[in-house]
Amino acid sequence: MSYTITVNGKPQTVDVDGNTPLLWVLRDVLDMKGSKFGCGMGLCGACTVHINGMATRSCITPVSSVGSAAITTIEGVGTSDVGRKVQEAWMQVDVPQCGYCQAGQIMAATALLTSNPKPTDQDIDDAMSGNVCRCCTYTRIRAAIKQAAGLPTADTREA
Amino acid sequence: MRGERVAESGREQRSGGVSESGVSRRTFLVASAAAGGGLLLDFAVPGLAQAQGPGGAASLWLNAYIRITPDGIVTIVAKNPEIGQGVKTALPMIIAEELDCDWKNVRTEQAPNDPKEFGAQFAGGSLSTPFNYAPLRQVGAAARHMLMAAAAATWHVPIEQCDTLPGMVRHKPTGRTLTYGKLCPRACTIKPPDLKTVALKDPKDFRIIGQFTAGVDNPAIVTGKPLFGIDVSVPGMRYAVFEKCPVFGGKPVSANLDVIRSLPGVRHAFIVPGAQPTGLPDGMQTSLQDGVAIVAETWWQANRALDRLEVQWDEGPVATQSSAGYAATAAQLAQGNPEKVIFTEGDVKGALAGATHVLEANYFYPFVSHSPMEPMNTTAHFQDGKVEIWSPTQMPMQGQMNVAKTLGVPPPNVTVHITRSGGGFGRRLGSDFMCEAAMISKMAGEPVKLLWNRRQDMQHDYYRPAGFHYFKAGLDADGKLIAFRDHFITFSNGAKPSNSADLSATEFPARFVKHCELAMSMQPLGVPTGPLRAPQSNALAYAFQSFIDEIAIAAGKDPLQYRIDLFGEDRLFMPPKGPFGPPVPFSTARAKGVLAMVREKSGWGTRKLPPRTGMGVAFYYSHLGYFAEVVQASVAEEGMVKVDKVWVVGDCGSQIINPSGALNQVQGAALDGIAQALGQEITIDRGRVVQSNFNDYNLLRMNQAPPVEVHFRITPNPPTGLGEPALPPVVPALCNAIYAATGKRLRKLPIDTAALKSA
Repeated sequence: MSYTITVNGKPQTVDVDGNTPLLWVLRDVLDMKGSKFGCGMGLCGACTVHINGMATRSCITPVSSVGSAAITTIEGVGTSDVGRKVQEAWMQVDVPQCGYCQAGQIMAATALLTSNPKPTDQDIDDAMSGNVCRCCTYTRIRAAIKQAAGLPTADTREA
Repeated sequence: MRGERVAESGREQRSGGVSESGVSRRTFLVASAAAGGGLLLDFAVPGLAQAQGPGGAASLWLNAYIRITPDGIVTIVAKNPEIGQGVKTALPMIIAEELDCDWKNVRTEQAPNDPKEFGAQFAGGSLSTPFNYAPLRQVGAAARHMLMAAAAATWHVPIEQCDTLPGMVRHKPTGRTLTYGKLCPRACTIKPPDLKTVALKDPKDFRIIGQFTAGVDNPAIVTGKPLFGIDVSVPGMRYAVFEKCPVFGGKPVSANLDVIRSLPGVRHAFIVPGAQPTGLPDGMQTSLQDGVAIVAETWWQANRALDRLEVQWDEGPVATQSSAGYAATAAQLAQGNPEKVIFTEGDVKGALAGATHVLEANYFYPFVSHSPMEPMNTTAHFQDGKVEIWSPTQMPMQGQMNVAKTLGVPPPNVTVHITRSGGGFGRRLGSDFMCEAAMISKMAGEPVKLLWNRRQDMQHDYYRPAGFHYFKAGLDADGKLIAFRDHFITFSNGAKPSNSADLSATEFPARFVKHCELAMSMQPLGVPTGPLRAPQSNALAYAFQSFIDEIAIAAGKDPLQYRIDLFGEDRLFMPPKGPFGPPVPFSTARAKGVLAMVREKSGWGTRKLPPRTGMGVAFYYSHLGYFAEVVQASVAEEGMVKVDKVWVVGDCGSQIINPSGALNQVQGAALDGIAQALGQEITIDRGRVVQSNFNDYNLLRMNQAPPVEVHFRITPNPPTGLGEPALPPVVPALCNAIYAATGKRLRKLPIDTAALKSA
């Protein structure tokens, strides 16, 4: 079946089964490899994209459910001010180790900062705990979010 | 070829050099691979053959590692696979330093799988730094020398009058300069210098090594560019899944292949025979197992077809095994005499009988999976008896050999392209997924990308082996440890311990207690096991350093000072053999040094802590690194554990190559250990793994990750690696902190919070 979805501002028509998850439409039909497959059950956040600005797990989002909503992926997130700042902070803080989960982390962080420009540590925990980093770069993810927000990057949860 | 043995730990000058012909003469280090499994690796001082363009014209390659274009852009090849440990940045930094170029003009690229040119190329054992630090300095220095020689020839001056500024050669008397970009074509025609005599920088003049340097792939990572194995596309590629028997070693007898072939998008469905006649896994997975392959137009279609797949399995003998059964057998074996004594000194029995105070404790740790975020995958294209492979692998050479064996083709017919890996942790030392992809491509007659789903990845891992330790210790009237015994109940594969399930004769406190015995008994295992980040150490540290803590408390001593006292005076202990090449001594001074420093940095013994909050310490030496760690943890009345903070002090020699990468590795390793302790367990039931995804196998999450404060104790020793050694001590340090908070000793992992409820 044919679906027209809007990805990073561009309409894309794809011919797939309606229950195909958005993740696999992005990766294997539209050849946008930035969104990652981790668990297939919405448990790890590696596939996170924005749908109308909301952080959404694309691995459990059927393409038929997207309609005309605006989809933003890691390939397009840098066009917003917040997204660009988050990407820059990620590079300056040198967050990645393997880097595999970081697209999802950046998407979750951008959604957080877009709705909450000055998050507390608790806000960061709440918004980011659905995104797993197996390399455990959490210390730097926290610092990079604060840096992108223009907040002091020191960890204020010190023992 | 035979070669000389040289130390792995960066004895500064290697004996290799460049022959008269200008072609590199290789020296070899014969090494057991980090992976275990008795694999032999050639070790070369690599990459000094001069690259020649077509027709013998000089190219812009100074050697196999370095290419400089006229605009001054320096491309440096990163020899080892990047799995998140940072070597794609750190190894080129070493070359760039000695080449003396400007890091902002450096581009890096992943080396091809070519051990003839680059020496052993693998990601394991935290060995990239100790194996490559000295040789890669020489590679960079040799190229710098060639550039200076080219400038001297251009100016008709003696080379002694030349030096370098970043990216250019300077004629000292006149101040004239020529850029590397301009000099490169001529430099490529210069005979490489003798590595034995090539001048290296004084480390105090380093401009790149020791500087906070961001990962070279960061710009691609933050913008979602294809980088990883899973991102590979080749023309005409189809997508494959591969279903193996849920019971280890089982085989498909028949399957509803006709139904599967009729499903949307499915192109092929077939049974793949395993490469081993018994179908039984032999420890670490390197070979092709029996299973059912489905190849479809898209991966989603292939994966969805699995829902309809019905297979009749021959489950085989492992179907009778379970975690409960292993525990029962271990308890039984512990009653008897050990099968094998690994280390003995003095009279343990007599000393225990005469001790003032005797302690006895049993420790257990479970199977643990690797679960890297990027599931196992490989893209393979088989045609005309040759196969091309794109794989996120930690050991490309071994993969090439195993694929060749599996397909029955000569190794040169297998080309392996190394991609970035979405985490490794030891899982990608195996090459089962490469063999599967290659065979499926051959049988389907098409290029395929094989991708495991998460269930398959978790249930067909090779696991950190579980283990059982039955300890006894004897103290004299002063609380001094005089007798120590461990009866380790582990698993066997044939007559030998299963992969990564061994215990060495140098396990602390062996050699530091007058009467000591380390012994083991084994029970057979049908579950594959293998190296997980800091193999053996990640488990042994927990058991031994927790029991040492019990001993210190029983002695009425401060647990940190007790450890320092156990090490005694400054001494070097030479192990009987090194795991990789000649042995490297264990230094009690370095061990005590990190313990003393973590005492100071953490405020050990001086902090006022609230009720049910405690601090614990542990020390462990692995992968040539000395690590002492303190954890502060709080335990709620209901038993929930909160890790407040971790302090890490590490001694990995004289030089941190990339402080950013080093800090990231250490923080990540400490948190990785906390994740293991808090919630990771693979259980076996009827020969199969119970857990299937991140809902029943717990990875650490943001809200559980405490601050990790890291300090490096710089000592005049060769630089060593950091991917692993920070992990082992954090597990017992956490358990010891929980003991300090609650008085409850955690003799079983993962931590059972129900047992920590306040009475």
